[in-house]
Amino acid sequence: MTEQMHEIELRVNGVLRTATVPSRRLLSDCLRHDLGLTGTHVGCEHGVCGACTVQIDGRPMRSCLMFAVSARGHEITTVEGLADPDGSMHAVQQAFRECHGLQCGFCTPGFLTVIAAYLRDHPDPTEAEAREAIGGNLCRCTGYQNIVKAVLRAARILNEGTDAPVAEEAPR
Amino acid sequence: MKPPAFRYHSPRSLPEALDTLDAVGHDGKVLAGGQSLIPILNMRLAAPGHLVDINGLTELAYVRTDADGVRVGALARHADVEADADAHRAVSLLRQGLRLVAHPVIRNRGTTVGSLVHADPSGEMTAVLSLLGGSVELARLGGTRRVGAADFFTGPLESCVEPGEMAVSAYFPRLRGRTGTEFIEAARRHGDYAMCGVAAAVTLDDDLRIVSARAAYLSVSPVPLVLDLTETLAGATPDTAHWRAAGELAADRTEPDSDIHATAEYRRHLVRVLTARALRTAAVRGADPAVGGDGQGSDDQGSDDRECGARD
Ligand SMILES: Cc1cc2nc3c(=O)[nH]c(=O)nc-3n(C[C@H](O)[C@H](O)[C@H](O)COP(=O)(O)OP(=O)(O)OC[C@H]3O[C@@H](n4cnc5c(N)ncnc54)[C@H](O)[C@@H]3O)c2cc1C
Ligand code: FES
Ligand code: FES
Repeated sequence: MTEQMHEIELRVNGVLRTATVPSRRLLSDCLRHDLGLTGTHVGCEHGVCGACTVQIDGRPMRSCLMFAVSARGHEITTVEGLADPDGSMHAVQQAFRECHGLQCGFCTPGFLTVIAAYLRDHPDPTEAEAREAIGGNLCRCTGYQNIVKAVLRAARILNEGTDAPVAEEAPR
Repeated sequence: MKPPAFRYHSPRSLPEALDTLDAVGHDGKVLAGGQSLIPILNMRLAAPGHLVDINGLTELAYVRTDADGVRVGALARHADVEADADAHRAVSLLRQGLRLVAHPVIRNRGTTVGSLVHADPSGEMTAVLSLLGGSVELARLGGTRRVGAADFFTGPLESCVEPGEMAVSAYFPRLRGRTGTEFIEAARRHGDYAMCGVAAAVTLDDDLRIVSARAAYLSVSPVPLVLDLTETLAGATPDTAHWRAAGELAADRTEPDSDIHATAEYRRHLVRVLTARALRTAAVRGADPAVGGDGQGSDDQGSDDRECGARD
């Protein structure tokens, strides 16, 4: 069987991109290999680790559990699309830096896309809610404590502006 | 790993989807949320020649509630059903179970109907459909049929959906009378597949005496198991009922298997403990005056026990 190919148009981070892909091309591989957007990481390819998470129409989803052809017509936001066009970091990125929410950074794109979407709907999470929000993402380095702090810190930046003091985010 | 090659179809309407499914027959599979199918393909555990992607059938992305229950279309995502306030008021067990299905990110894409067709013995929705006595509506070129929960699940990861057929909706009937429900489970981490899970429904009369107590189980049987535990509780009130006796009876009637996640003995212990707990919470909800005649009690703070081990 010659493999069926598709000419697809994808809207990624606000830009219309085109690619020619076989049916079986995972969205994660399409982003990385066809479009060169290597910010999206691939760990397990069965939905468990969360490293590949992107936002589809604003909702976080696993890009390893979606085919690129199925993503046609949807708005895709990858970690590359979180920062402002002028390069200034998204509040969640800034919070990760301030709170040391990453070490090797492999898991980070998945955490950032999940947390950015979560805080849009839940602007003021408790510590328990922050833990629940990141429950579907694995990190082998940080031990999660600083990631939880970063969620709370990001919420604060979003609510109070970027010059909110960098005090230790007190667990509530 | 990467999925094997297949031909991709993206029908724009239900008739077109049924045509395609009919044409590809045995060699075809429906692709819904892909949250179970794509891992299977990525691990090369299946290699269908054709995938019929139903994500374009937006007409099936609905959750409809009426006086009798909740109908969930094939393209309603777990997250949509979970968030639906009317569905929650009518059939609280849906949200009680859905928040234990995987993680929110998986629920954003996975469909409730897809998880029924997938028929995982650890799938929360299989227990919900079974406890409520719901049904699934199947369509094929030239006909439809409705299959009740008791006949729908035929084995582990096996439902009665035939090649060429597609599930178009599932129906979750509302429980009658003064009935409370609860869904709890024990998993290694919240969001993982449960080692044991219990969906419970308890009905009380106007004097708040128990007239019916039933429970459905996850991960302890090849197909969803529903037990009637009324005999241990009938006539008691939520304050006087002997919940442990109900748990003992349930443990006697289940025959779990051992696997890498838990031994059979531990699962049976979980059946005993979780049954008692789920029934008690369901009964307390049923007794809540706010519940009145119909409904399952919509306490949102409910399932605090969901990631627990098994204390009692
Ligand atoms: C990390 C992870 C954790 C998970 N944890 C849980 C959990 O704890 N509990 C749980 O219940 N589930 C869990 N799931 C599975 C999840 O709930 C899936 O969404 C669900 O099982 C399948 O729904 P889907 O829409 O993704 O179906 P798909 O993956 O698209 O399909 C699954 C199967 O059903 C068939 N199918 C789907 N829809 C139809 C239809 N309308 N008509 C005919 N056939 C159809 C497909 O052909 C395929 O064989 C988990 C998944 C992941 C990735
Ligand atoms: S690579 Fe997608 S969840 Fe791990
Ligand atoms: S920072 Fe290394 S895996 Fe999370």
